[in-house]
Amino acid sequence: MTYSEFLAEFGGRFLDGSLFTVAQFVLSAALAIVIALGFGLLKLARHAVARGVATLYIELFRGTSLLVQLYWIFFVLPLFGLTLEKFTAGFLAVGMNLGAYGAELVRGAVRSVPKGQWEAAYALSMSPARRMWRIILPQALVLMLPGWGNLLIELLKATALVSLISVTDLMFEAKQINSTTFLSIQAFGTALVIYYIFARFLLTPLMRWLERTMARRIGKA
Amino acid sequence: MFDWRWDFVWEILPRLIAATGNTLMAAGAGYLIAVILGLVLALAQRTPLRPLTWIVREFVEFIRSTPLVLQIFFVFYVGPQFGIRLDPWTAGMIAIGLHYSAYLSEVYRGGLESVPKGQWEACASLSMSMRQTYVRVIIPQALPPSVAGMGNYLVGIFKDTPMLSVIGVAELMHTANAIGSEHYRFLEPFTLVGLIFLAISLPSAGLIRLFEVWVRRRVGID
Repeated sequence: MTYSEFLAEFGGRFLDGSLFTVAQFVLSAALAIVIALGFGLLKLARHAVARGVATLYIELFRGTSLLVQLYWIFFVLPLFGLTLEKFTAGFLAVGMNLGAYGAELVRGAVRSVPKGQWEAAYALSMSPARRMWRIILPQALVLMLPGWGNLLIELLKATALVSLISVTDLMFEAKQINSTTFLSIQAFGTALVIYYIFARFLLTPLMRWLERTMARRIGKA
Repeated sequence: MFDWRWDFVWEILPRLIAATGNTLMAAGAGYLIAVILGLVLALAQRTPLRPLTWIVREFVEFIRSTPLVLQIFFVFYVGPQFGIRLDPWTAGMIAIGLHYSAYLSEVYRGGLESVPKGQWEACASLSMSMRQTYVRVIIPQALPPSVAGMGNYLVGIFKDTPMLSVIGVAELMHTANAIGSEHYRFLEPFTLVGLIFLAISLPSAGLIRLFEVWVRRRVGID
């Protein structure tokens, strides 16, 4: 079987799988961003208890493997009466795991906003919420975008693990095609190239564009 | 509903601890490959041979932007298609070592680039050989800034070893899965695996910080 015949026969399945991978990526990225913001800011809170909660979450999810967390959410949570569909369990695990890494990015970026900015907002008697939203976060966002570029590539790669709980993503399709045809180099090679194109030629340029746009909007370019 | 059984925990703990040994061995062996191969990849990008530099650069980018679990499958299944049979351990070590060598090469690259240009010029003016320049002057100075990154990836490789279970390497996750399906109980094995990971990765992260401080002091930066 030539490679073009292989693609003609299985191209549709690679496409279906890619769509699932994109869906998992978008949902888990959205979740990771929300969690990162929430716990990243919580880690900077004045209350020791609030900081403790954030630290516990971050260390718990960064200290164990994503695969362990995924299996735990999918196989153990049902024992506590919380049964999740595989698709939901998949993006929840990926989003919660990468969100913990993102929280550190948020915390670092918020803390590197110069102190004068905080003081200026205070001098204008802005409320803490307004100061965070209008003054600090926009500047922190520009600082942390390069870090998010890397993190989102890690997140894309991490979605491949959801195939292990049988979400029919790109990785899953590659495995299925491999086990029916034994054409391993074609099956896995094609999937590798698709992931590569997605990361290098879609995600990376998008993040670069976002970095430039945000820097311009904040007047730093 | 909280059906946690301590007797079951004590029954399976020895098996899990034995498997932890395998996990640590896999992480150690994979890291050793990554540390050495990473240096090769970093130095290859500094040769004056443009095509070589370009190929290695693209290779590193490719490895870093594709999933490790897919690479593990690739290495394990592609061999037999060409008549080379790799056992799960060998395939797993090649895949995980290769994956992390790409990351470590970036750490080394950063370290090497942080050495001031004057150091190179000083070596040239003392007519040191390339080998001497690297071994005696450049690498000792490139090392301290690299230690933090190297340490992070050591913990990273440890946390990625569960992926080796997909091709049947009998590490922690694989063993927990086997126990779970033998006894139809997943609560204890999976929870214990999580706890074992925490118990190892949190202290090691702390130890690595201490080691970092020690290296910096040793080389005379602090």
